[in-house]
Amino acid sequence: MPILQSQPVMPREPVFRMREVTKCYLLGDVEVHALRGVDLDLFAGEFIVVLGPSGSGKSTLLNILGGLDLPTSGEVHYLDHNLTAASDAALTRFRREHVGFVFQFYNLIPSLTALENVALVTDIADHPLDPSEALRLVGLGDRLNHFPSQLSGGEQQRVAIARAVAKRPDVLLCDEPTGALDYATGKLVLEVLERVNRELGTIVGIITHNAAITGMADRVVRVSSGAIAEIHCNSARISPSELSW
Amino acid sequence: MRGQLLAVTLVLACGVATYVTMRSAFRSLELAQADYYSSFRFADIFVHLRRAPVSLGAALADISGVTSVQTRIVMDVSLDIPGLPEPATGRLISIPERRSPMLNDLFLREGRYLEPGGHGEVLISEAFALANRLTVGASLDAVLNGKWERLTIVGIALSPEYIYEIRPSEVFPDNRRFGVLWMSGDVLESSFNMKEAFNDVSLSLSRGADEREVISRVDRVLSRYGSLGAFSRTDQISYRFLTDELGELRAYGFVLPLLFLGVVSFLLNVLLSRLVSTQRAQIAVLKAFGYTRYEIGLHYLELALVAVSAGAVLGVAAGLWLSVGLMNLYTRYFHFPALRLQSAPDILIVAVAIAAGAACLGAVAAVRRAVALAPAEAMRPEPPATFRPGLLERLGLRTFLSPASRMVVRNLDRRRWRATFSVLAVSLSIAIIVAGSYAIDAVELLVRIQFQSVQREDVTLVFQELQSSRARYELARLPGVLRVEAFREIPARLRFGHRKRRVGILGLPVDAELRRPVDSHLRPVVLPPTGLVLNKALAELLVARPGDTITVEVLEGARPVREVTIMALADEPVGLGVYMDLSALHRLMREGETLSGAWLRVDARAAPGLYASLKRTPSISGVAVRQVMLASFWKSFGESIQVSTAFLVGFAVTIAFGVVYNGARVALSERGHELASLRVLGYTRGEITRILLGEQAALLLAAIPLGVVLGYLLSILLSHFFARELFRLPLVANPATYAFAILVVVIATLVSGLIVARRLWHMDLTEVLKARE
Ligand SMILES: Nc1ncnc2c1ncn2[C@@H]1O[C@H](COP(=O)(O)OP(=O)(O)OP(=O)(O)O)[C@@H](O)[C@H]1O
Ligand SMILES: [Mg+2]
Repeated sequence: MPILQSQPVMPREPVFRMREVTKCYLLGDVEVHALRGVDLDLFAGEFIVVLGPSGSGKSTLLNILGGLDLPTSGEVHYLDHNLTAASDAALTRFRREHVGFVFQFYNLIPSLTALENVALVTDIADHPLDPSEALRLVGLGDRLNHFPSQLSGGEQQRVAIARAVAKRPDVLLCDEPTGALDYATGKLVLEVLERVNRELGTIVGIITHNAAITGMADRVVRVSSGAIAEIHCNSARISPSELSW
Repeated sequence: MRGQLLAVTLVLACGVATYVTMRSAFRSLELAQADYYSSFRFADIFVHLRRAPVSLGAALADISGVTSVQTRIVMDVSLDIPGLPEPATGRLISIPERRSPMLNDLFLREGRYLEPGGHGEVLISEAFALANRLTVGASLDAVLNGKWERLTIVGIALSPEYIYEIRPSEVFPDNRRFGVLWMSGDVLESSFNMKEAFNDVSLSLSRGADEREVISRVDRVLSRYGSLGAFSRTDQISYRFLTDELGELRAYGFVLPLLFLGVVSFLLNVLLSRLVSTQRAQIAVLKAFGYTRYEIGLHYLELALVAVSAGAVLGVAAGLWLSVGLMNLYTRYFHFPALRLQSAPDILIVAVAIAAGAACLGAVAAVRRAVALAPAEAMRPEPPATFRPGLLERLGLRTFLSPASRMVVRNLDRRRWRATFSVLAVSLSIAIIVAGSYAIDAVELLVRIQFQSVQREDVTLVFQELQSSRARYELARLPGVLRVEAFREIPARLRFGHRKRRVGILGLPVDAELRRPVDSHLRPVVLPPTGLVLNKALAELLVARPGDTITVEVLEGARPVREVTIMALADEPVGLGVYMDLSALHRLMREGETLSGAWLRVDARAAPGLYASLKRTPSISGVAVRQVMLASFWKSFGESIQVSTAFLVGFAVTIAFGVVYNGARVALSERGHELASLRVLGYTRGEITRILLGEQAALLLAAIPLGVVLGYLLSILLSHFFARELFRLPLVANPATYAFAILVVVIATLVSGLIVARRLWHMDLTEVLKARE
């Protein structure tokens, strides 16, 4: 596809840089440490899978990376943007220009069709894909004018991915994108994500509870009790179609 | 939730307050009127005549149905009031020297009754006393039969005949320059050469007497004595004004609360519908635990009852407070011995009951369906909002709108009824200001028309006795008089078919400038050399048209009866004018140049000198100065404008705020999640605020033209409502009023929208993503 020109992989200079990142929530008098001193670099074109038990801080990590939340202490940089203490407006601009999100519960706008849900994002992006192209990319070229309530869960999730991808983000962050999907649909969604990573060179970060997915990643980050327990580099990525669980 | 309940509470309080205020005022005035009329024996039939022997009273008493007869002498005279530059007009009414039961009895506020033989003693009306700061013991000068006499005030009194004390044929009361004075009958008899005679009589009727029959018998008895025609209470000015006012109060006291409570119903319905749908799962659990649908329904009704009780307390308190204010306002215009506020408990109970009923109506409709769901069904989340191609697609607007705007349109389209009611309610708030201000604009216009196009004189003089043409030249010689136009006025009864009407026919000089009938475009109507010009309202009462020949029964002198043709119609907002060319009128009367009064144009600088010489001219019984009358009118009118505008704005803002705030809160609750996810996608606060408030803005945009139209229609309705014999409010649409109404509602919408938007700004994005919806 001509619009999906692959970009040259620029190794070794990190795109995201997290240093000593902590996140504390105050619940009444109790301090909950969701992250306790996380150091993490993300590199261009990488496919990362984040694994860890429930409550270990995965979502918190992802939200801070995506500019949805601020760390309590430590430093977060995206290229030359300092996300550590950015204003709400700066974070909004950062998300708008660089980040695509996919969530477990699709978060589509029920009053807009699939096409319009995608157009919602391309409207405010600088060099977006054509919304119908983005939907074709996720295999929904024949569902453009369906409302979310007229789509299955997997189809809705693919619309969400198309929406996240359509603005050609530099990073695509997915919090349990297959959590609500069955085996076959889940695989379909993973294939789409892999293709986006491969063809657009977008950094992809996926949170999952499913260890079987780790095979398709460049690196696997294991989080435990708010800290990174282990980072594992795969020597070779397995295509999602070959995964099974 | 608290904010929304507060909004409902405020609208409900307005409903309760308007009901309590208007009903209490209505009840108080009505009771005061009834009580005053019966305790002080207000008469049923009134007649003014030229002169009849006192013995004729017995003949009147013999008419079947008549229970008592009060003959008296009534004279309008010129007064010299200390401190008042221009002469005032006093209406002298004779009363028996020894106090005895009589019709139109007096309530003595202060001082004492007349003492037999106490020459020059007078009781004066309270309104006149207050306006001129006259106290018991003070004195004033009056022209009694051509001679100035000094009168001493021995008491201050009120009469049921003058609850509304206004100079006949005038539009507004001017208590400084017109007052009622009661004097000994013996004194008036001798002063006016009326020994054993009377020129005015009041009658009371037995219950069930045939009023029309009595009137025609009285007319037959008195016609030989120069009767101006008997009339009943309906044509008695004070009774008429008060009764009209009561009618207005009754109508407003019904309509206003109805509007407010309708809005309450709607707001509670929207509020509870949303609440029930967000608490669907809890309802299911409660049901599973064995709670009955009534218990659950009651839970939500309790919420409505919170609004009702808070609104009722607030509304009753405000209503009572406002009633006091309204009663104080009424005591300025209506003079009763005592005007006590009658906020009977039943008014309060009914107010609260109606409010509770309206609230329950809205609440029950909202809750009924939700509590009827089977628990198993309710456990499942509510099916997602389904959207189908709709309005947008049908109108082919889709391609013109951004996805964000499409969200707005589709959400409105999906909740069509809610949107419709919101638009109606907001347009209502515009209409309330427009229609409320209509009365103000119309009165202003009425005064402008009447006093710029119709009545253009500076001073009106009424002669004590008819004068010859010489009077005109004598008046012209008075200091400061620039122009004199003398007129002839004859009392007459117009008859067309079976309809009749007592009027005064005004004979105007050919070159009249100071007083002239005008048509609806304010162009002067040229008086034809013969025939009548009738005010349109009078023509409608008689069901007569130009070209029709009507019967004129003159009620003066030789009382000729003539057939006269209506040549043209005039269209003035005040009174029921009948005009004729002066010489044509003289011919009709077969009289020489006879004059009843004159209009003057006066050099303002010489006015004090003129007033001083008018005070010394005993042949003049009435002087009306246009400028001072207008000034006093604008002053009191200006005050009441401010008060009523404040209320209208308050009402409109309450409704607009209630509707928009609730609408935006419900939209936030329904779409907060969506909007937060837009924030995640990189939409700014401003952008999602625009989407949230876009709905309210769209509703407002639809409500503005509707409100304007509704306001105009209400104005038309009001102009019909105020089509009275005494005055008719012209239909007027003042652009400034409409602009003001729109501005008020736009600001109220904006402010309430922004209050809600603030919540949106403080929404925690990560929190939102955890929830499924
Ligand atoms: N807003 C919050 N207030 C208080 N504590 C929070 C908040 N958000 C997260 N936490 C706590 O922070 C810790 C990490 O939460 P996080 O959502 O990042 O976990 P997770 O790894 O994504 O879990 P899961 O796999 O269940 O989604 C948890 O202990 C959680 O209770
Ligand atoms: Mg999580």
